[in-house]
Amino acid sequence: MSEPTTSSSSWLARLSGGQAKQKLLAFASLIALILVFTVLKPDAFMTQDNIIGILQSTTVIGVLAIASTFIIITSGIDLSVGVLMTFCAVMAGVFMVNLGMPMPLGVVCALGMGAMSGCVSGLAITKLKVPPFIATLGMMMLLKGLSLLITQTRPIYFSDVEGFDQISLGSLIGDVFPSLPIPNGVLILFVVAIISAVVLNKTALGRYTFALGSNEEAVRLSGVNVDRWKVIIYTFAGGICGISGLLIASRLNSAQPALGQGYELDAIAAVVIGGTSLSGGVGTILGTIIGAFIMSVLINGLRIMSVAQEWQMVLTGLIIILAVYTDNLRRNKK
Amino acid sequence: MTPIVSIQHLNKSFPGVRALDDCQFELLAGEVHALMGENGAGKSTLMKILAGVYRKDSGEVLLDGKPVEIDSPAHAQSLAIGIIHQELHLMGHLTAAQNIFLGREPRNTLGLFLDEAQLNRDTQVVFDRMNLAMSPTTPIGELTVARQQMVEIAKALSHKSRVLIMDEPTAALNNAEIEELFRIIRQLKTEGVGIVYISHKMDEIQRIADRITVMRDGAYIATVPAATPMQEVIAMMVGRKLEQSEKTIPDTSANEVVLDVRGLNRGRVIRDVSFSVRRGEILGFAGLMGAGRTEVARAVFGADPIESGEVRVRGQVIRLRSPQDAVQAGIGYLSEDRKHFGLATGMDVESNITLPSLKRWLKWGMFLNRPAIQAISQQMVEKLRIKTPSLTQTAKLLSGGNQQKVVIAKWLVQDCDVLIFDEPTRGIDVGAKSEIYKLLNDLAAQGRAIIVISSELPEVLQLSHRVLVMCEGRVTGEVRGDEATQESLMALATRRETGATVH
Repeated sequence: MSEPTTSSSSWLARLSGGQAKQKLLAFASLIALILVFTVLKPDAFMTQDNIIGILQSTTVIGVLAIASTFIIITSGIDLSVGVLMTFCAVMAGVFMVNLGMPMPLGVVCALGMGAMSGCVSGLAITKLKVPPFIATLGMMMLLKGLSLLITQTRPIYFSDVEGFDQISLGSLIGDVFPSLPIPNGVLILFVVAIISAVVLNKTALGRYTFALGSNEEAVRLSGVNVDRWKVIIYTFAGGICGISGLLIASRLNSAQPALGQGYELDAIAAVVIGGTSLSGGVGTILGTIIGAFIMSVLINGLRIMSVAQEWQMVLTGLIIILAVYTDNLRRNKK
Repeated sequence: MTPIVSIQHLNKSFPGVRALDDCQFELLAGEVHALMGENGAGKSTLMKILAGVYRKDSGEVLLDGKPVEIDSPAHAQSLAIGIIHQELHLMGHLTAAQNIFLGREPRNTLGLFLDEAQLNRDTQVVFDRMNLAMSPTTPIGELTVARQQMVEIAKALSHKSRVLIMDEPTAALNNAEIEELFRIIRQLKTEGVGIVYISHKMDEIQRIADRITVMRDGAYIATVPAATPMQEVIAMMVGRKLEQSEKTIPDTSANEVVLDVRGLNRGRVIRDVSFSVRRGEILGFAGLMGAGRTEVARAVFGADPIESGEVRVRGQVIRLRSPQDAVQAGIGYLSEDRKHFGLATGMDVESNITLPSLKRWLKWGMFLNRPAIQAISQQMVEKLRIKTPSLTQTAKLLSGGNQQKVVIAKWLVQDCDVLIFDEPTRGIDVGAKSEIYKLLNDLAAQGRAIIVISSELPEVLQLSHRVLVMCEGRVTGEVRGDEATQESLMALATRRETGATVH
């Protein structure tokens, strides 16, 4: 039963939650997609600019998807992540532009707003016993309204906050290795992913995330304070959404209050393609990252091939259904 | 007179269990035939075969003297066999009539639309036959459980059933409602319907039944007239004198009282329950299903709220708002339903074992200390001889006995003073059973206070130093472990408040 594992593969298995096989499938699909586009459009797809473009376009959804992964593993759902991202971007604008806070403080406060919003969702779910779908749907509407109210529906520009656009667009790696101008946003995505994978697999928070999704009643009967941990998990996820808010604000060098709605569905799609089960208890950060890249490679590749945007949507929809279907097949075979 | 139903030499096995062994049963028209036996005796299995829920392995089922192969519930219905399960299967938002004719609604002439008026008229005919004053258009959700049960009976009758199987029909009914049910049963008798009545309640059976068939361990024991003295019937039900290993009850009377429960109440489910357990003592909780034993355990564990009462652990009153409070006070609870309440089945062995005590296995209050988690889990796996290929094996892939050991390990790691075992050997094979018995004895010998809830009387007798018997939410008696017999416990377990007891 237990195949001999080398130290490197068991490390991979552990960090990916012991589901290396499942990740392999998703990873193979990603490679296949890349190969297909490389063959079809060799001169346009495999260029440095395009690859950096793909990486850059994955950052925001990737970070949101990481936040969603935690929630979905608890067998919850968070519909507010997209709008929460925007809300954090707006609040960053309020703190830095309107209130003139120094950038580091503004960043911390914006992340705090994200965590606070997640905390509110968590409290609504645990204390008011509102189902996650409804609680976060409510939060989505509420936060969207707040973002529009605060900004009076006008974007906030960060032109006067020096270095703010560098959060996403600058390149620390490029400064050291000029041939590798990877934007900081991508770096941040991977740092968030690694930290999240550690939290999910190596900390009590992660252990309870899986346990809640696996059998909440058993966890409660083990004497664990289920409500408290749920609130902590939603708060943590809210904080991660704050990071994506900063990323998008920095990339656009502005907070666009009308943006964000719909991002939560892209994030959920990435999570699901990555093999995380909507019924909870199963999931990995690595899978989610691969899922996010599958989505952005697909959209980028189709665009390069001049496929109409409408058809891009149709194909993305089919891919999502297909991905979950093959995952079910694999599961049922066991 | 040819019986409506005649069952002969019936056998049925489930993986690992021989549920029915050469069983027989006979039902006459216009007869109420009670089927009796302990939990797990095979009553429900036998009736589910008759109702097409299960298929027999071998043997014969004769209807009006002709052999039949009943292969589905729908087939049973078409053969005029109706069953009313213990749990009601009704849709709360639909009306009584819509429930009764679900799946065979009358249509209007074009066959496109449902004919609601006809539906209600058909239902009224059935209600009239039962002498039941109820409007066909009442939504099920607005009815009491008793009235819902009447709707189930009406549903069975609407199939023109000549055989009606009732599994514990009075479990949720009060006395007036039982009267109403009996009136309808008598009405059906006069029409020649044969009724199989499964119940633990002796007084009811003596009032309504004509004959009693007793089953034990999946085998047919005897069929006797309902007038047979109940003591005799009980003796047949429990039967075998269990060849028990010599049991010694340690003297724990001087030990500290670890758990003291006073005046626990919740509605009709828990009524003024008081008891205490000392260090080193095994207290058995006997009673029939639904007697309130699990409810008491869950209340003491803080899993369900109570209306009044006090729980003391080592003399200290504890506030029980959640299981967390109970765990902190040193109480562990092993649920009767491992899969739903005991194990996170999708998680691995070591995660399950360390779930209640996870705080102790963290570095810097945050990071999992895997070496420590593995060490303690390995220790438990060896101590309890849990058969698992590795510590990272998913819990659902283990056998029932090993799953139960994982749950026990959980609480051993947590080092609880009080351990409540609810049906500790349910779904566990004989070999693993004796291992778990030995484990419980060892735990008591180490100074823990143990509570064992079991529906199997031999198990209660073998384990308990002292037995508390419950019936309908009340404690009806307490017996020393070496003085208890299956007969005495069964008599206490059926001592109902109404006074119609087994004496």
